[in-house]
Amino acid sequence: MSIAPLAGPLPRASRDALGGAVLLVALILFIAAPLVGVLLWAFAEQWRPPAALPTQWGFKYWYMLLARADVQQSFPLSLTLASIVTALSAVICLPAAYALARLDFPGRRLILLSFITAHAFPRFPLYVSIAVIFLSLGLIGTAPAVVAVQLVFSMLYMIWIPTAAFRGVDRRLEEAARDVGASHLTVLVRITLPQVAPAIGAALLLTFMNAFYEVEGALLVGIPDIRTLPIVMLSLITGQMIVQYGAVLSAMLWVPSLILLIFARRMFDSRTFAAGVTT
Amino acid sequence: MATLSLNSLTRRFGATVAVSAMSLDVADGEFVCLLGPSGCGKSTALRCIAGFEEPDGGDILIDGASTVAIPPNRRATGMVFQSHALWSHMTVFGNIAFGLKLRKLADAAIRRKVGEVLDLLSLSGLESRYPRQLSGGQQQRVALARSLVLEPKILLLDEPFSSLDAHLRVRLREELRAIQRRLNQTTVFVTHDQEEALTLADRIAIMNAGTLEQIDTPGAVYERPETLFVAGFIGAMNVLPARLIGHELQAGPFRLPLSGERRRALADLQAIDLAARPEEIELLSRDNAQSEGRVEQVIDLGPMRHVVVACDDGMRLKVQAPRQVPVAPGDEVGLGLQRALVYRDGAQPVEIVRRHPSVLPFRRAAGAELRPQ
Repeated sequence: MSIAPLAGPLPRASRDALGGAVLLVALILFIAAPLVGVLLWAFAEQWRPPAALPTQWGFKYWYMLLARADVQQSFPLSLTLASIVTALSAVICLPAAYALARLDFPGRRLILLSFITAHAFPRFPLYVSIAVIFLSLGLIGTAPAVVAVQLVFSMLYMIWIPTAAFRGVDRRLEEAARDVGASHLTVLVRITLPQVAPAIGAALLLTFMNAFYEVEGALLVGIPDIRTLPIVMLSLITGQMIVQYGAVLSAMLWVPSLILLIFARRMFDSRTFAAGVTT
Repeated sequence: MATLSLNSLTRRFGATVAVSAMSLDVADGEFVCLLGPSGCGKSTALRCIAGFEEPDGGDILIDGASTVAIPPNRRATGMVFQSHALWSHMTVFGNIAFGLKLRKLADAAIRRKVGEVLDLLSLSGLESRYPRQLSGGQQQRVALARSLVLEPKILLLDEPFSSLDAHLRVRLREELRAIQRRLNQTTVFVTHDQEEALTLADRIAIMNAGTLEQIDTPGAVYERPETLFVAGFIGAMNVLPARLIGHELQAGPFRLPLSGERRRALADLQAIDLAARPEEIELLSRDNAQSEGRVEQVIDLGPMRHVVVACDDGMRLKVQAPRQVPVAPGDEVGLGLQRALVYRDGAQPVEIVRRHPSVLPFRRAAGAELRPQ
């Protein structure tokens, strides 16, 4: 290994490599630093600003939070609501996605585009107008209201991703199955669905996460009776200004994300996904 | 015992007629190639036989019984696709066993049958691989195994080897032919590759623009193409516009005296074309030839060479020459026509033979099968 003189320009290649490394470190810091900060705060019992690290570590705030009735109720509630939203979305949207992918009818593109309109405009006015309708129907403060709002705003994932996936399935795979004796239903269950499974998994994942973390809609149509975990977190942060409460709740909210991400990683690594991408 | 008949099969897509009144009989154990340029309707015809396309007219008979009303999953046909169409989420075993499982066979029987077909296609040991872990040739063998394991009455192949490299293509072609002979499997094979069709088929059905131009053995199709299209499509062919002048037929550099009968047959026709293969034209020394030209290019094909000769009127002829003939670009050469076919609109071609090459009769083994090819 030779030692380059300190003065004098670096060779171009190593300059590029250096630039890349700097950019990478900056990106990692940008993404990871807040996460690390939150984690530090979650386990900090005492942290006075001049100190670089918490001066006292422990689970004190975890115990305090988990002992609170609102947290105990909201965690399973959030999981349940997100699961219901995901399941309903799948039941409604997957057959629609299949139809949108396979049938060519006038207005097909318009229907596909319509799902993005809910995301193309400022959301808060939409939530307010929905809340007004729900108020007149007596639905405010009920679980169905929260499910309905979250469902509307997560259908995009469950329509677009599977539609693209169904369109991407090679029709000859299905013909080959027909050729060896499979009925239309068998082809769908044994050939088409396994082929699009990774995409459907990704859509389920996105829908679940979206519903689990969604706060404005749930806040507007859910309170006072339906308080999801993000709503509890919001009220704790805005009301009591104990940094640790927010940090611990954030860390708790990550749990389903991490589980799902690990699941997703395995799914994306799997042969089905690889094959789906290469063929 | 399995035969296939197409009776004026017709398939339209909107205003275009993809297959037009196509009739074809495939005998038991026969290997027929549908050959034609892309878009000629050969794949559509095959997909009609498999049941993926519904004919707009005509009938498809397997063993004499109409199958048009039978959906593809209950038709006695097995299809091998160009893109192999293996199910990427199933292993080799899973792919081949899928059809057997749908037929509710016992596990032991499935394993035995899959084992047999794996042996047949030299795929043993690859049962638990996934399609993406196989080479292109292995993938196409698995696709063939998947069809053969169900013992279809008619095996259909849609350009199965066209995505493979040349060497592999030739090897798989030979394997397929050997297996087809062994199983006496009635087979229809679609290809745009004339060499593939010539080497594989018992009979070749040449299609153009939705219609059958000619159905015959490879030798006959090459030797005596019935239409100008077939003449130009199969093998190398020099096609020259011809005119009848007096007692002679003039085509490019050639002047051919015609007998009275031939002359009368051609007399009242405007469009006459003369077709001669490169091996039917001889390179001669200039002194003793009526026709002449200048060598423009020498194309080495390995066993022989094709010499491109430019004639006075700018017409170019491809002439076959043995390797030993010393010929180079720029040489002035004479040309001799040994045999040609004369095409007229809507009639059988007329054969003109100047001189038969001497062929010794070979001794044929007693009782040898007089099978075409």
